[in-house]
This record gives sequence, structure tokens and C-alpha cells, in this order.
Amino acid sequence: MDKTWNNKAWFLVLPVLVLVAFTAVVPLMTVVNYSVQDTFGNNVFTWAGTEWFEELLSSSRFWEAMVRNLIFSFIILAIEVPLGIFIALNMPKKGWGVPVCLVLMSLPLLIPWNVVGTIWQVFGRNDIGLLGYYLNAIGIDYNYVQDPFDAWVTIIVMDVWHWTSLVVLLCYAGLVSIPDAFYQAAKIDGASRWAVFRYIQLPKMQRVLLIAVLLRFMDSFMIYTEPFVVTGGGPGNSTTFLSIDLVKTALGQFDLGPAAAMSLVYFLIILLLSWVFYTVMTNYDAER
Amino acid sequence: MARIDVNHVRHSYLPNPQKDADFALREVHHTFEDGGAYALLGPSGCGKTTLLNIISGLLHPSHGQLLFNGRDVTNLSTQERNIAQVFQFPVIYDTMTVYDNLAFPLRNRGVPEADVDRKVRETLEMIDLASWARKKARGLTADQKQKISLGRGLVRSDVNAILFDEPLTVIDPHMKWVLRSQLKQLHRRFGYTMVYVTHDQTEALTFADQVVVMYDGGIVQIGTPAELFERPRHTFVGYFIGSPGMNVMPVAIDGRTATLGSQRIELPGAPKADSGAIELGIRPEYVRLGRDGMAVSISKVEDVGRHKVVRAKLEGRDIAAVIGEDETVPAEPKVRFDPAGINIYADSWRVEMGA
Repeated sequence: MDKTWNNKAWFLVLPVLVLVAFTAVVPLMTVVNYSVQDTFGNNVFTWAGTEWFEELLSSSRFWEAMVRNLIFSFIILAIEVPLGIFIALNMPKKGWGVPVCLVLMSLPLLIPWNVVGTIWQVFGRNDIGLLGYYLNAIGIDYNYVQDPFDAWVTIIVMDVWHWTSLVVLLCYAGLVSIPDAFYQAAKIDGASRWAVFRYIQLPKMQRVLLIAVLLRFMDSFMIYTEPFVVTGGGPGNSTTFLSIDLVKTALGQFDLGPAAAMSLVYFLIILLLSWVFYTVMTNYDAER
Repeated sequence: MARIDVNHVRHSYLPNPQKDADFALREVHHTFEDGGAYALLGPSGCGKTTLLNIISGLLHPSHGQLLFNGRDVTNLSTQERNIAQVFQFPVIYDTMTVYDNLAFPLRNRGVPEADVDRKVRETLEMIDLASWARKKARGLTADQKQKISLGRGLVRSDVNAILFDEPLTVIDPHMKWVLRSQLKQLHRRFGYTMVYVTHDQTEALTFADQVVVMYDGGIVQIGTPAELFERPRHTFVGYFIGSPGMNVMPVAIDGRTATLGSQRIELPGAPKADSGAIELGIRPEYVRLGRDGMAVSISKVEDVGRHKVVRAKLEGRDIAAVIGEDETVPAEPKVRFDPAGINIYADSWRVEMGA
């Protein structure tokens, strides 16, 4: 085979390269730049070396936010994935119920994140909020502004309300791709409901579930808007997750150096975890 | 194993069927004998899969009754009927090993593990996958997967019947031959009652002792491959079986003579048909091409390998004849009909010819 080699094709990818350079690489380099310098304003910078990184990694505030964030991600995954599977399994597969269910499921996903936050912020208030008022009215002492546990519950319920639909829709897509013959064969083979789930439905959903878990993990690990609107990271620091902490540092205190160092560490963590997921997924494929 | 009586079964997918046309299965009344190998043959949409699913219990018929060895099973579930069924596309549990796939139907029924092991090993030998037992099923080729599907049907020795729904569609042609002959062997060895749905006449004719030809939601003929070929009860069977299908032409009958345009054809007997549209059917294999008989004009000669198919016009109608590979078409071609191959149809149904 005689292939003509030339490098003209690079021009085709050039627009993307330029775009990515300006939207991702250049800002990232700016952050790298800040992370090794110190400033007291007036655009005067002094070399700081690895000082900010050392400070960050030894600060309990950072690790606490990290642990909170990991616990949060773990809890919402533990709720949203099984719940999403359960709902998807019980959604109708044909008839008029299908579009109705799909629209209902899509609704929370269509709402802007800050609006979701506002909805729950008002919903949970115990003076005018439907939820907060009636919870207190029936004798449950609920106040997300003062009680860290209530704040956590509110944010978790909000996230479950907002994002379970995504898991449902992905799982549903996996489920409807299973041909009828599989269910018929299972009947012929005398399989129980559990066996049908374990050996037919779950394997068919495995790919989409991995994607759902990956998406939900990354999103929840970067969560900012909703808890910021609802609790603002409080009470105290109890719902201060990594990104909230980061914004407090960068904008609230205008500590650009530490904030930049934090961004990089945060970025590396997400990169590492995404790489782990990616490897797991591709290994899984190779096994097939 | 069981004898299966299908008693006046009708089925419609509509909630309130009124007309005949609403029924996917118009009326089937037939007995599948214990240990018989049957093929349900017919074009797509003729109701053969519907009938199969009614037998296995995946569908419950709108009307009629189903008996296994005389016991009414019409309202029993698939599990209770104890039927094995193999589908058109391979169904495998791809997270399990080949071994576990075969063990699955047995374990679901609580068979002791020692018996499971014995049966699975036997079945693995049967379908020739013994060396694959510990492999994950998902890496297999389409025909290996279909063999597993077959194996899951064969592993339960106590099933009432094994049903096949076009099981060889996805298989390569040479593997089709292999699998089909394996099925035949299994049938001979173990005497399962087998019902095999297909739209491929070769498959039906080679597999079955009795072929059930279905057309438009009903059974048009049940017979041995030879009967279907020699004495098609309905013109549809004539068209559908054979390649090319039977020549059917409208004729007028007078005693032992049929008149086709200006031609007169001697019949082997006097058909007892006095009403309806009368047609004469003759298979291309019984049309003799030569120098005497009725004049035809040749439109095409197709060489299909073992023989040639001659397409011609007789009295303005298309007619096909089969001639030997070495025979040639004469300059002024004429055809004769071999009386042994002549069938007479009134309103598409075959009528007997008296002496």
C-alpha cells in the first residue's frame, strides 16, 4: 500500500487546538503561575516556590473539606444508583406511560442548578417553606440553618431529587435495549425475578451504570452551586465542600496563591480518579 | 415427552377480535404426536411463531384448548408446562460460563448439584463444547452461542417438548448443516417431541417427519415432505414448496380432459370438480420439454448447477420446466405434462381425480 504522507491534515485540527489552548491550557498555566507566587496586590508578585502546596497539604481545613466531599459523593452514589435502577426497572416499557415517565424524569434535569438550590432553600425554610414548616408542625425539629445534620439531609435529598433521573434514564436506555427473547428464554429456563435481574438486566446495564457512576461521582465531587445557595457551606463549615472552600479562599479572602495551589491539587485528584475509572472501564471491555 | 393436542386454538393480538382478519392464528386443530419431529413452515407473518409461543405458554390463546398427554395446560405458565424453547437469536447469559449457562435451567428448578453436573457434562458432549465449559459465554461466536441456547433446551431430559423458533437464522451455511444433522441425531437418540419453526423449505423438509404448512393464520397442509411435493393440497403449498414453485394455470374441465386456451390436456382421471375456479397445477419437474406436445416460446434458461430451469410462455402464461444439465432446448420447443404430476384445484384446494 502506497500512502501519501503529508502534514496538511494538521490544519484540520488546528482550530480545535487553538480553542482548547485558550479555554483550557492558558488558564491552567495561569493557575500554575499563581500557585508558585505570592502577591500583596498592585500586581506585584514574589516567588513562593512550593510554599502554598506544603501549607495546603498540611492544613486540616483542606482535608476536612475533602473528607466531607468524599462522604457526600459516597452517600449520594449509594442512594442514587440503587434508587435509579429500581425506578428504571419499574418504568413502563411501552404504551402511553413511556412518554409521561420520560418527561417527568427529565424535569429535574432541565432546571438550572442555582434554581434547584433556590427551590430547596425556600422549600426547607421553617417559616415559609412547605417542607420545613410542616416538618416542624408535626413535631420534627428540622432547621437546616442551624443543625449540621439537617443541612446534610437537605443537601443530599436535594441532590437525589435533582440527579437520580440521570441514573434512571441511563438505566432505562440499557433496559429497553434487551430483546424480548431474553425474558422469554428466562421464563423457559424457569428463572426467578431475582435471577432475571442478576443475569439479564444487570449485565445489560453494566456499561451505562459505569457511565452513570462516573458522571455522578465527578459531578458530586465538584458540587458547588446547590449547597452554596442553600447553606452557603454552613452551619459552621459543616457543608463546605472542596469547591466552596476553594471559592472562599480565592474570592472571599483573595488568597490567589493558596487558591491556585488548591485548584491544582483538586484538578489532579479528579484527573486521577477519572483515570482510575477509565482504566477500569477499558479493562472491563478488553475482558469481553 | 408428551403428545400435544392443539384443540381449535385461535389467537388475536387485538383486545376485541371480530373479523377473521383480526386473528393472527385463525384456527388450528392438530395433534403433535409424542416423539414426532414436526416443522412449521410458512412465510413471515403466517402465525407460526404465534402457534409456537402458544404451545410454550409465552402466549395464552384467545380461544381454544391445549392438552399435554391429555391434561389441560391452557392456563398453565411456561414453567409449569416444562417446555424447552430455542429462539431465533442466541440467548445466553453472558456473565456466566458456558457450564453455568447450561446448568441454569436445572439449578432454577432445584435439581441436586450432582445431577446438574452429570446432565451438563452430557449436554456439553452433545453440542461439542466440552472444552469450552469454563470459558465465559460472552466471548463465543454466534454459532457457539446458539449451540448454548440449544444446549439449554436439551439439558432438561424431562421436558414435554423442545420448540425451535428459526434457530439457525444467524448461523453460517455450513454450520447449519452440521447443527441440523446434530438435531436429527438427537431426535433419533432421545425421541424428543420437537417442533421446528422455519420459513426455509430445505430446513423444514430435511428436519421433519411431518411438515405443517401454514398460510395466513391457518394450517393448509400437514404431510411428509414427499406428500407436500407430489400432492400439494392447496395452490399455496405448490408455490411455496419447490424451487421454482408449481405452475398453476386456469383450465376448463370436461371429463378427463382439461382445456387450456387452444390446448387440450389428458388427465389421469376425471376430477370431481363442478364449481369454482378450476386450476391445473404441475411442478416444473413434471413438465417435459421436447419436440412434441404444446408449443411454447422460451423466454429464459437459468442454469442452477445440477439442472436447468427453463422459463417459457404457454398460451400466454408463464411456465417453468426443469431439464437435465446436459439436455438442450430444441429449435421448436414443445411441452408435455407428465400425468403423474398433474393436480387439479377448485378454488385453490386440491380435488381428487376419479379413475
